[in-house]
Amino acid sequence: MRVATQTGPVNAGAASAGPGRFRRVKPVMRTILSRPSGMAGAVLVTFHLLLVIIAPVIAPYDVTQQDADRILEAPSMAHWMGTDSLGRDVLSRTMLGGQVSILITLAASLIAAVWGGAVGVSLGLVGGRIDEVCMRLVDAFLAIPGLLFLLLIVSFAGGGVFALIPTLSFFNGISVVRIGRGAAQSVAARDFITAARVRGHHSRFIIFREMLPNLQDILLVEWAMRWSWMMLAFSSLSFLGFGASPPTPDWGLMISDSREFLTVAPWAGFWPALFLSTLIIGINLFADALGKALYVDRENRAPG
Amino acid sequence: MENLSAGVVMPGCGPLPILRNVSFRVLPGETLGLVGESGSGKSTLALTMMGYLSEGLVKLGGDVHFGGHSMFEAGTGTLQALRGGEICLIPQNAGQSLTPTMTIGQQIDEALMLHTDLSPRERKRQVVELLEQVRMPEPAVIARRHPHALSGGQQQRCAVAMALAGRPRVLLLDEPTTGLDVTTQVHILELLRELAKSRQVAMVFVSHDLGAVARVSDRIAVLYSGELVEIGPSTRILKSPEHPYTRGLLASIPRMDGARVPEVLPGYPPPLAGPRERCAFAPRCSAAKDPCTAGRPALDVRGERYRVRCHFRRDELDDPGSLVRPSTRPRNGVPASSLLEVRNVAITYSRKSLLSRFTGKEDRARVLTVDDVSFTVHRGETIGVVGESGSGKSTILRAIVGLQPPCRGDIRMEGSRPLDDRVDTRPLACKKEIQLVFQNPDSSLNPRKTVAEIISAPLELYFGMERGPARERAAQLLQSVRLTEHYLDRTPGQLSGGEKQRVGIARAFAAEPKLALCDEVTSALDVSVQAAVLDLLSNLQREMGVAYLFVSHDLATVRSVADRVLVLYQGRICETGPVESVFAPPFHPYTGALMRAILEPDPDRRPRVEIKDTVESAPPRQGCPFQRRCPHKPGKICDREAPPAQELANGHRIYCHLSPAILHS
Repeated sequence: MRVATQTGPVNAGAASAGPGRFRRVKPVMRTILSRPSGMAGAVLVTFHLLLVIIAPVIAPYDVTQQDADRILEAPSMAHWMGTDSLGRDVLSRTMLGGQVSILITLAASLIAAVWGGAVGVSLGLVGGRIDEVCMRLVDAFLAIPGLLFLLLIVSFAGGGVFALIPTLSFFNGISVVRIGRGAAQSVAARDFITAARVRGHHSRFIIFREMLPNLQDILLVEWAMRWSWMMLAFSSLSFLGFGASPPTPDWGLMISDSREFLTVAPWAGFWPALFLSTLIIGINLFADALGKALYVDRENRAPG
Repeated sequence: MENLSAGVVMPGCGPLPILRNVSFRVLPGETLGLVGESGSGKSTLALTMMGYLSEGLVKLGGDVHFGGHSMFEAGTGTLQALRGGEICLIPQNAGQSLTPTMTIGQQIDEALMLHTDLSPRERKRQVVELLEQVRMPEPAVIARRHPHALSGGQQQRCAVAMALAGRPRVLLLDEPTTGLDVTTQVHILELLRELAKSRQVAMVFVSHDLGAVARVSDRIAVLYSGELVEIGPSTRILKSPEHPYTRGLLASIPRMDGARVPEVLPGYPPPLAGPRERCAFAPRCSAAKDPCTAGRPALDVRGERYRVRCHFRRDELDDPGSLVRPSTRPRNGVPASSLLEVRNVAITYSRKSLLSRFTGKEDRARVLTVDDVSFTVHRGETIGVVGESGSGKSTILRAIVGLQPPCRGDIRMEGSRPLDDRVDTRPLACKKEIQLVFQNPDSSLNPRKTVAEIISAPLELYFGMERGPARERAAQLLQSVRLTEHYLDRTPGQLSGGEKQRVGIARAFAAEPKLALCDEVTSALDVSVQAAVLDLLSNLQREMGVAYLFVSHDLATVRSVADRVLVLYQGRICETGPVESVFAPPFHPYTGALMRAILEPDPDRRPRVEIKDTVESAPPRQGCPFQRRCPHKPGKICDREAPPAQELANGHRIYCHLSPAILHS
């Protein structure tokens, strides 16, 4: 009953919003922001995304500009976060350090969610031998430690954006396949899918109009989780020298560069590490809150 | 004598009461039946009796007394000893409340360990004894099984055995037989009755099924919207109920005598919480007068242990006889032209073995779920298909819509047109003619679509309607299932069970089908809603001339809607013919057993159980499918030869070796 009273206003909001593609956005966002962890996640992710856009404008220094006189300088009024081993401004580099990784991982995670989701849903629907064989392949891939395999491929194909995006999205897509397949199977077993089949709808109608609306929540949350995982993976690759290439400012790369001077100039490594971890924590918190909010939204639509 | 009384209990959500001043007392050896529709607060009350409030509920007043204890003031230690020991709750779905990883024996042993101080060896003996008491065949074997290896009825028995382990003095049963087959239900109810009497246990039996309640209860309490509206001896309540709600509830139950169409109780119960200044039932009451809306009636004492919450006495209300109306269903004398013909259909779920695929021979090891089923559906008529779970009812429907291709026989539309085995290869026009209405409205409507989108789907598909006109037509269809167009933009989650089922029916009728397949369409609904849906279906049939294939395990429901009936056992037809003939002697032994096991809220009729409720996983290789459970088995012939079809009057056919004269008695 307690739940029912809570859902009252939310329900009314949902009903008054009427039909429309984005009728759920508002109530879901409200639920996310109503939790401290969801609020924290949303703030962190928004902060980082905004930074990607405005950093080039507000960064005080040119990120590649070296200054031999100011090597490993401690934080000062001129350089708020100090300088690195080549005398570059840590603040400017940290602000821009997420640009490459965020853009690449965003793109790669979207690709992963789309291909993984599509393949997973199809396998769930097709079933039979094809499904059986594909799922064993998926199992095999999932058994390999991800980062090691990434390293192997990247060291053969070389780093760079055009090798990284396909590799990252391929490996992450595989776990989306698994999730998508399971979800599709459970939805496909429901009577309304049978009803649509018996009525004689095209499989296109069944997949896109009947099934997808029931799968999008799961895929959305999975995408967010993949994004966070990829951020970590990309930064690790950069740290190991396979990701972003110098002199591009990148958190993983910056942490790697600062490693030798960690005892003398901890600021050069601390700030990029802090930014990277806040983003990843932010994405995780947000994904978690998103999942819960979508669940709450579904339940709200089913009072009693 | 131990005295148990549940005092005035008012848990509620903040200041909003859910249960209002409910009070009654149950004596040892007595069974109180607690009846109400879903959402009337039955289960909350059952939990409250255990001294437990669900999350978010608070006690507003009152108390539950058990023996010398107050369930709400007792300490945690006392409560723990009481719950499961002295006072036991058996939940609705026992299968889910048993631990899947432990054997039945271990689970009962655990209960014994907690509530008795027997040695391990004594406990072991006790486990077997308890299982024997709940009439389990081979208790020692069952004790070593895991829950999943048992049937639903057996699981329910195990839950009872577990509850008995603590030698309880009070048993609370929350819908213990809902979802079980009739024969199983009767077995369990019979068992509970005997246990209550022999062990002097006080039982509270919570159910929405008046038939089941009538079977076990000495007294009945009717709960409506969180308050007791009538409580008294069961004979009195079932025979001459005073409260209009109880009368409406009784009238909405389909009966086997077929003399009446179930009466539709109009409207829906009010929300539980909220202020209440008038009689809660007044808006739905046909006899409501001024005082009903002016003030909330008190629970009036009218005789010994009999109380009613109504402003009026029985004789001041309408003549209860007016609630009984004769069947208005027109029975067509002249058979219309045939619409669907099912000929010698056999269906199997197992694949052909590799060898038989090579040799092309029939695989003898294959189990046929459905075998040699033939029947014809005429235009505008209703064929009822009855049988226990696993009798192949739904499988036949799946074959007709083309989801499960038959391995033999054929299915034809309109006499000549054969239907393709698979739905994907049938032409669209063909799919349009046959529509399905599903059992579970929660699963048959896409939770992510609005009602308008749901009903528009067939309109856009079959008639190529644009979104706008489809919406208008959807509104019309909603009206024909007695919903307003306000429902168009709601999602299924915002509808009640009965409303969802109506939307499902509207969607099926959007296609303007010639044949609607109804798969247990009313079994997930409350009795009063059930009556409304049945009424709706028969009205639609009259208006649109559609034929129904109405599958149900509930004989009384089938009796009230069908023209002709098929009785199925293990996928084989036992008996077929017009309803009047099938549901009257001579019976096939199986039909007879089903008939006598029916639970009706009639204190004079006691259901009899003749057949064991064992579940057979597969039909026998040869002979009569019913040979193992038949109470009248004449001899070896049943094991060897398939029973012949015996033609009786009016196309009534019985598949049995016994002669009609013997079956008649």
